[in-house]
Amino acid sequence: MLSTWRGMSPRERRDAKTGYLALSPWMLGFVIFYAFPILATFYFSLTQWTLVDPPVWIGLDNYVRMFTRDPLFVSSLKATTLFVAISLPLKLVLGLMLALLLNLKIPGMNVYRTVFFVPAVISGVAVSLMWIWFLQPDTGVVNTLLSYVGVQGPYWFWDRDWALPSVAIMSIWKVGGAAIIYLAGLQNIPAHLYEAAEIDGAGKWRRFWRITLPLLTPTLFFQLIIELIDAFKIFTEAFVITKGGPLKATYFFLYYFYEEAFRNFNMGYASALALFLLVVIMACTVFVYRTSGRWVYYEN
Amino acid sequence: MRIDAQSLSIQQQLRRSTARRRALRLAGNAVVYALMTFLALLFMLPIFWMASTSLKLPQEIFAWPPEWIPSSPQWGNYAEAFGKYPLARYMLNSAILVVANIIGGLISVPIIAYGFARFEFPFKHVLFLLMLSTMMVPGHIKLIPLFWLYQKLGLIDTYWPLILPSFFGNPFFIFLMTQFIRTIPRELDDAARIDGAGAWGILFRIIIPLCRPALTVVVVFTFVWVWNDFLEPIIFLRDWDSYPISVGLAFFQGRYSVEWHLFMGATLVSILPILVLYFFAQRHLIGGLASIGIKG
Repeated sequence: MLSTWRGMSPRERRDAKTGYLALSPWMLGFVIFYAFPILATFYFSLTQWTLVDPPVWIGLDNYVRMFTRDPLFVSSLKATTLFVAISLPLKLVLGLMLALLLNLKIPGMNVYRTVFFVPAVISGVAVSLMWIWFLQPDTGVVNTLLSYVGVQGPYWFWDRDWALPSVAIMSIWKVGGAAIIYLAGLQNIPAHLYEAAEIDGAGKWRRFWRITLPLLTPTLFFQLIIELIDAFKIFTEAFVITKGGPLKATYFFLYYFYEEAFRNFNMGYASALALFLLVVIMACTVFVYRTSGRWVYYEN
Repeated sequence: MRIDAQSLSIQQQLRRSTARRRALRLAGNAVVYALMTFLALLFMLPIFWMASTSLKLPQEIFAWPPEWIPSSPQWGNYAEAFGKYPLARYMLNSAILVVANIIGGLISVPIIAYGFARFEFPFKHVLFLLMLSTMMVPGHIKLIPLFWLYQKLGLIDTYWPLILPSFFGNPFFIFLMTQFIRTIPRELDDAARIDGAGAWGILFRIIIPLCRPALTVVVVFTFVWVWNDFLEPIIFLRDWDSYPISVGLAFFQGRYSVEWHLFMGATLVSILPILVLYFFAQRHLIGGLASIGIKG
């Protein structure tokens, strides 16, 4: 390292110094907001600590408790996994379908694009409140419309079996955000490929499977990772709408973490929970990344 | 004669087939328009229902069958909502946080991105990858250590925990800005250097003025994110009066007996700034998302 430094001309050295100086805010921020918190969380997870007293070292006890005798850990993990399993595939597929529609070259498409993207910019709190009202069992719009066709609508957020799917449906309302990213990917596919395929007599369906989908895999990959991380972090909706209920049906992992840390002040145990979620998210990301070589197509 | 007749019929056929194709395309378009309009209405239904409820009389709210459009819209509901909930206060708090975060981003992001885009130094590539990887780190992991740190520094229940991070550069913005600066021709830097400008002079006189599109993305995204932020404010703020609108709104629910007509009005008002911003800055929001999606 030092030898590279010595081998540099004065001009190069001055450049390097300016570069480091420019980066210094980020480097400092990296230490404060990433390196320190992750290391500190790891340390706190090995302690019993309620903020009032200093942390007491208890080794792996928090992890033992987590994995062997904590029903809330198990149920919150189940709820979160179920939510990810429902919302992630739906969001990916519906987002792509919406993007394909929005990519059709007809006049006025911009207006639709504007409309579908609106839900993606509204805050989780506002969306949650809106949907509480929208899905009211007795007077809500959805159940009213269902009653017109003779269907008795469910109790949505207020039903043990329906609460989690309701939150998933609500999250799918924000699918426009995903569609916009797909749309950018679609518009990046060179038109001449489609023209060539059309000359060769490939139909629409074939063109989709042979050109659109393969060339869209990098976008799909990116989207999969972003949405995966996002889905694991589901919190606001549970906080605002269901308070984790009914009967812990929507007691998601991050909500459990929040209550342990900032309501019960079991900071040690909450740190273990936080670290566990980090490891799960990282493992999923790495898994997706590792397998991406098999299905993500890069032109270069 | 025969040739003429033949060419005429070919012409007719051609005309007929283009007419048929056009008709088919029109029909196809009509189907697409119908489908898109249906979907768009479906998507807007929750927002429409919120707006409709916000203009109703209390006794109309639970009427069955529901009134889609209130027969006598009660615009006074909004004044009542503002009187009843500290809406204006909360929105002002959010505005303060938004402005402070925008200032932080506008100062830190161009400087950091300039370092990545224009200078060569050992470990630059590693640092850039490290910066990108922090985008994948879920925010919850920071909360306990930072809470502890802010408590030690006496910053709990102040706005500092919600503002400070922006002065250290958000990785998404740094990435975007770095890519943007790379598209600015280096000849411009060189010309300024010949005129006697130093490294920082080039940044402030050449690079930053040309970065306006990327800076707009920073402003717009910061606005949306900070306005919508929920988890960090509920952890770092205690005092009801200091809440931003997202948190304030969530707590109305528990604090007041639910008067849905006022409540929906308040919710609608709370998203108005975002909607207005969105309609004016759509291009930048969508462009920012799109560029990261393609490169990611």
